[in-house]
Amino acid sequence: MSDAVITQEPARSAAVQSRAKVVARDVNVHYGDKHALQQVAIDVPEKAVTAFIGPSGCGKSTFLRCINRMNDTIPICRVTGHIEVDGRDIYDPEIDVVQLRARVGMVFQKPNPFPKSIYENVAYGPRLHGLASTKAELDAVVEDALRRASLWNEVNDRLDQPGTGLSGGQQQRLCIARAIAVNPEIILMDEPCSALDPIATARIEELIDELIENFTIIIVTHSMQQAARVSQRTAFFHMGRLVEEGPTEQIFSNPKDRRTQDYITGRFG
Amino acid sequence: MTDIPASGPAALRPALDVTSDAAKLRIRARYRSERRFRALGIVALSLTTLFLAFLLVDVIRKGLPVFTAHSLVLDVTVPQDAIDPSGRRDAAAIRGADLYPVTRDAMKAAVPGVQGRSAERTLTRLLSVGATADLVERLVAEPQLIGTPLRTRLLLSDDADMFFKAKHEVTSAPGRGVATPDGVSGTVTVTLSEPGFAARLAAVKAAHAASAQVLRLEAERSARQGAVERAKDAATKADALAAKAAAKDAAETLDDTLPSLLVALGGGLVKIETLEASRATGVVLLPFAEAKAYADWRIVAFERPASERKITDQEIAYLEHLRATGKVEAHFNTRFFTSGDSREPELAGIRGALVGTAWTMLVTLLLCVPIGVLAAIHLEEFAPKNRITDLIEVNINNLAAVPSIVFGLLGLAIFLNFFDLPRSAPLVGGLVLALLVLPTIIIASRAAIKSVPPSIKEAALGVGASQQQAVFHHVLPAAVPGIMTGTIIGMAHALGETAPLLLIGMVAFIVDVPQAITDASTVLPVQIYLWSDLPEPAFQQKTAGAIILMLVFLFVMNAAAIVIRRRFERRW
Amino acid sequence: MTLLYFLIMALLTAGAFVAARRRAVAVAGGHQAALHSRPNHHGYLAAFAVLLPMLAIFSFGMPFVERAAKSAAFATMPAEITADVLKRAVATRDIENFATGKFAGEAPRAVKEAAAALTSTRENGRATVFGLGLLTAAAGFLLVRGRITLAFRARNRFEAVVRIILIACAAIAVLTTIGIVFSVLFETFRFFFDPSLKGRPTVSEFLFGTEWNPQAAMRADQGDIRTAFGFLPLLTGTLLITLIAMLVAGPLGLFSAIYLAEYAGPRVRGAAKPVLEILAGIPTVVLGFFAALTVAPLVRAAGERMGLDVASESALAAGLVMGMMIIPFISSLADDVINAVPQSLRDGAYALGSTKSETIRRVVLPAALPGIVSAFMLAVSRAVGETMIVVMAAGLAAKLSFNPLDAVTTITVQIKTILVGDQEFDSAKTLAAFALGFVLFFVTLVLNVIALQIVRRYREQYD
Ligand SMILES: Nc1ncnc2c1ncn2[C@@H]1O[C@H](COP(=O)(O)OP(=O)(O)OP(=O)(O)O)[C@@H](O)[C@H]1O
Ligand SMILES: [Mg+2]
Repeated sequence: MSDAVITQEPARSAAVQSRAKVVARDVNVHYGDKHALQQVAIDVPEKAVTAFIGPSGCGKSTFLRCINRMNDTIPICRVTGHIEVDGRDIYDPEIDVVQLRARVGMVFQKPNPFPKSIYENVAYGPRLHGLASTKAELDAVVEDALRRASLWNEVNDRLDQPGTGLSGGQQQRLCIARAIAVNPEIILMDEPCSALDPIATARIEELIDELIENFTIIIVTHSMQQAARVSQRTAFFHMGRLVEEGPTEQIFSNPKDRRTQDYITGRFG
Repeated sequence: MTDIPASGPAALRPALDVTSDAAKLRIRARYRSERRFRALGIVALSLTTLFLAFLLVDVIRKGLPVFTAHSLVLDVTVPQDAIDPSGRRDAAAIRGADLYPVTRDAMKAAVPGVQGRSAERTLTRLLSVGATADLVERLVAEPQLIGTPLRTRLLLSDDADMFFKAKHEVTSAPGRGVATPDGVSGTVTVTLSEPGFAARLAAVKAAHAASAQVLRLEAERSARQGAVERAKDAATKADALAAKAAAKDAAETLDDTLPSLLVALGGGLVKIETLEASRATGVVLLPFAEAKAYADWRIVAFERPASERKITDQEIAYLEHLRATGKVEAHFNTRFFTSGDSREPELAGIRGALVGTAWTMLVTLLLCVPIGVLAAIHLEEFAPKNRITDLIEVNINNLAAVPSIVFGLLGLAIFLNFFDLPRSAPLVGGLVLALLVLPTIIIASRAAIKSVPPSIKEAALGVGASQQQAVFHHVLPAAVPGIMTGTIIGMAHALGETAPLLLIGMVAFIVDVPQAITDASTVLPVQIYLWSDLPEPAFQQKTAGAIILMLVFLFVMNAAAIVIRRRFERRW
Repeated sequence: MTLLYFLIMALLTAGAFVAARRRAVAVAGGHQAALHSRPNHHGYLAAFAVLLPMLAIFSFGMPFVERAAKSAAFATMPAEITADVLKRAVATRDIENFATGKFAGEAPRAVKEAAAALTSTRENGRATVFGLGLLTAAAGFLLVRGRITLAFRARNRFEAVVRIILIACAAIAVLTTIGIVFSVLFETFRFFFDPSLKGRPTVSEFLFGTEWNPQAAMRADQGDIRTAFGFLPLLTGTLLITLIAMLVAGPLGLFSAIYLAEYAGPRVRGAAKPVLEILAGIPTVVLGFFAALTVAPLVRAAGERMGLDVASESALAAGLVMGMMIIPFISSLADDVINAVPQSLRDGAYALGSTKSETIRRVVLPAALPGIVSAFMLAVSRAVGETMIVVMAAGLAAKLSFNPLDAVTTITVQIKTILVGDQEFDSAKTLAAFALGFVLFFVTLVLNVIALQIVRRYREQYD
């Protein structure tokens, strides 16, 4: 079924190297009367980093939040269209949001650790979904997540201290650890580095490089350099529309659309 | 593609499993707990709403009857020599006259067969002690009516009034067969042509059986608790009652723990004392003409047993007769609003408390609004941001949470004891309440002032106004709606406040309506407290009535606050 | 008299304004711009110079006159009457009634004489106040008027006065606290340490005594009735009722708040908010009536059905209704606190696949915990200090019991019981009420200060 949909897609600019993990068609989002996203269609490849770029207010976050249905928590928000993860329509009433979000994790712009200990922050998700049945197992899961978020060495001696006491960059990595502790398949990152200094940003970018071995990552960023550094594919949004999408090198070196060109050369945005 | 395909192998652990039975069970359990949690919220809100509804319905149900009163409407003639023998039409003399003979005669004319002093007294005690007050005032106003026949209202006593307000006290059913009394006064025996009392007799026996059951249980409980004497006692009583109940056709003596049964025939009324299936013996409460066979007779029951009411069978008989002959009138209870407190429930009114409340609120308002607003202006606009200001702020916030009775202690120690101000006076009450609501008003006024955008003040300063001029001419007027809503809410709070006023002596029994802020008086909530403490059911009703009135005031005040907020409060 | 004084005060104030204003205009002589301050400011200043001294003299003079009149009246009376509190109270009433012509029947000579003294001192005193008021008004006006020149900074002077008034108003709130502390502390100190006080307890007898029987102190001659000022039964009674109230209001208030803040749509909110506001606005005397006449009999009847022995003034009934009173209090405080938890925390939890209730229970409530704790503390403080519900629905006799079906008494009930009616300020019984008041004030103050501090810090954390 999803294959059929994909073959109908006309604007496929470059061959998708791996399988499409997320497929979106005709996505429209309204906030009350405001039409925030119009007719968005995209394929997101598996085990790769896709970057969403575009001027402020163009709908990047909105679209990102559609992919794990975080928009459900906003009462005035209305999403129509079709989004599939692994070929399954996630807006199907049969789909369970809670399980969906366990498979599609999210990291936010501002680090938002829970006001609990570092350990509890990471253990929260696994407990929720019953991923560990014993304390030892849970300890292992927490350690693994912290290691993969390359935070373990910095915090292993103070796991019982509040997560809010870490530095901004550490907090953000803690949030990443928290997200990957559930072992999701996709991680959505909404400007994960915008509140961080360049060194912390570099650490996160390194981390992203490591994570694509196991995860599919979608990252929203305002930094063209960051998009160029970490992503394999890039999508450019403008005024609620997906203007252009393709391999990152191509978007940056040879954009098809005038607006993309203007944006990446810094003429607006 | 209905299944979710497994994703690529994760490095260390398998991906989240959502399809296995265990996972499905788990998710179902999670959603169940979700629903439970949500239901808890709904239950909490519903319970709260239910509480409130119960409270309001209870108070209104208890209090509404207070707004009607029952009076007798009788024809009387007040003879000249009874009320104004001097003929000078002197108001004081008319007011001081003894009208007992007049009302007594009017009532005897309305009720047949009242002979002898004690019967007269029973009859006239149905009237309030202030029954003739309205009549006397009318005669003072129009002295030419003296000596002429008049139709007048005579207020009934609280017991009589309460009797008419209680529903379903008296039931009446046609009797079977022919009833023949063997006399017309004193104790008579009524014989029936067929067993017309059988059903009633059975009901009495059933009641005995039920009581016996209860007594048995009590005996058992007492025995278990080791109270041997009590247990024995109860058991004996139970046996006696059970024996009575078992003897199907034996006569029964009706005591005051059972509903009163009466026979109505020929316009008269006989109260049954001993009952058999086709015969009854009792006393005549209302007379009938002759001892003959009556085919048209009725069984009347006063359902509430005499031991549970304050009014006797004889009195009910009189009242029912008066009602049947159209002499009883229910009317709006104006006295409730026009008179002060009284020891007689039917005469007590809330005027004194209302006027006292008005004086007290006036003092409170005049003190706390200027002081509160000026203090708020100081704190918000002029006070330097330093430790002292901080302290004042903390102090105000804490003062708002100090128990109100502590303000009563303050009033007692400082205003009464130290300054020697008069006890029970609205002046002191107003002072104490002003201090009590001051924090509320300061906090609300500060919020109102703060919400005025600084640009307004800056504009005024820009054209050369002084800081004070800018504040008083521009900021303060813009903050008025907010200050007003805060003030109304504060005053509503003060209106219902009781505890501190008790301590400064506003609990005295005061009949007079206060004329000044230094007169002894009481206020509405304290009046409610005082009445609620009195044993008469009629006062309970007054309490609920006064509560309704107070809630109406509060409702109006809060509605006004909401209207002001909606209409005038600008969102900048 | 009072009315006349205020009338004259109003007239003089207005007159001073007009006169000073005229004077300023005249001084300017057509060049109003030459005046440092507007004529109106000269007027305001003069008006204040009249109004403030007159007000001050009246409000301090009149109570002083009343005092003087009363002591003049007592001076004519024999010492045996003035020494005894009850006799003195009766005499005061008689004298006052006679002086105002409300005395019923023939008054004794002593009363007549005392009333004469009272009346004459009072009249003289009032005349003095009147005269002084007029004098200061005139002086104030002349002072201002004499200084009106082109350069006179009337506006600055006026604003300085206003400034002082503003500060004085703000200071009243502080003065109130000082007044409270002073009055309860002073009498409490006398209660424990005044050597002339008969029957006073030691501090430890008060704090740890298990018997409370202040009534006996009134009848010192009846030696066999033991006066006792053991505070423990009052404390346990207060705590028992507070506990019941919190058991009702805690869950109901908290869950209402959670539902309103997290689940309810605008329609439910719109319907539920007024319910809570109405409940919050119901005077406690009404709740007391409801508790005593409706809930208590219901509780009793229900208890009897279950074969339990329930006192007709059971702690349960009072506690239940007090809980009702506190529900809206907790729910509105908790609602604020829950709403202050940043959305980003909720988002974080949702993004991990939490259900709504998991988000609330595991993330929102722990984050809001300090605020909720302080809401509960404020609620406890309310419950401990609540008077009318317990006065009407709880018992009078002190009983050391934790059984909710027993009748227990509370601190506030005892304060009210002791202080309503005639009281003498020199008896241990009356002073005991102030000692209770001190405990009450102290306990609630500590609860409030801590709670408000927690809330403050909590707000700063999420601002
Ligand atoms: N909760 C909301 N309610 C109403 N409108 C919203 C809401 N969230 C976003 N919008 C609107 O939807 C549009 C898209 O917002 P979105 O947050 O997706 O932009 P963005 O591309 O992420 O911008 P930025 O780079 O600044 O984060 C904006 O115009 C915004 O005003
Ligand atoms: Mg965004």
